[in-house]
Amino acid sequence: MAIEVRIPTILRTYTDGAKHVEGTGSTLGELLTDLERRHGGLRARLVDDGSLRRFVNVYLNDEDVRFLAGLDTPVKDGDTVTVLPAVAGGAH
Amino acid sequence: MLTIPEDLYGQIVAHSRADHPDEACGVLAGPAGSDRPERFIPMTNAARSPTFYEFDSTEQFRVWKEMDERDEEPVVIYHSHTATEAYPSRTDITLASEPGAHYVLVSTRESDQTEFRSYRILDGQVTEEPVAVVE
Repeated sequence: MAIEVRIPTILRTYTDGAKHVEGTGSTLGELLTDLERRHGGLRARLVDDGSLRRFVNVYLNDEDVRFLAGLDTPVKDGDTVTVLPAVAGGAH
Repeated sequence: MLTIPEDLYGQIVAHSRADHPDEACGVLAGPAGSDRPERFIPMTNAARSPTFYEFDSTEQFRVWKEMDERDEEPVVIYHSHTATEAYPSRTDITLASEPGAHYVLVSTRESDQTEFRSYRILDGQVTEEPVAVVE
């Protein structure tokens, strides 16, 4: 068993085109560190200066981890983590 | 080129007008790989701002999951500018993250006419494309 991570189109360059990858860890932060071993560069697109980037949404199952504990959110085998780039912009 | 059915075009304009002076935003979903927008999905602008838009993250998750289950993709991502032209801003370009989508910009700055323009935004490059409204 592992944790399934769903990767959006724009980040699949880091996963050889794969839509899903798997990893392990007891928190989201550990999971991303584990993924980085096989998918170099991915972590930096999600994390900056020790916290999640402002315009990247990460969900544990169906909940935005910002409403949980961010990178400290506990994860376990069988969970699904989904990454979606925020859709945002503005007039300036 | 963006080919868009007349009713979806009208729904985007109506949504943009209704939310004016705040920016409106949403998605047109279509079958994956078809490049054909078919389903109108207005989204909440979580920023509720005249100068910024951001999809509500929980709503976005639900809508993206639903598209996935229906084998759809976001063919069009639209938002309005309410005091400036319908051209992608620096922020729009920096944050564009759906390489396959048509980015539609609507300007509601004039009350009697609406600008409706479409772009591809890839790696920081903006390319405007013609819009064909069909029945």
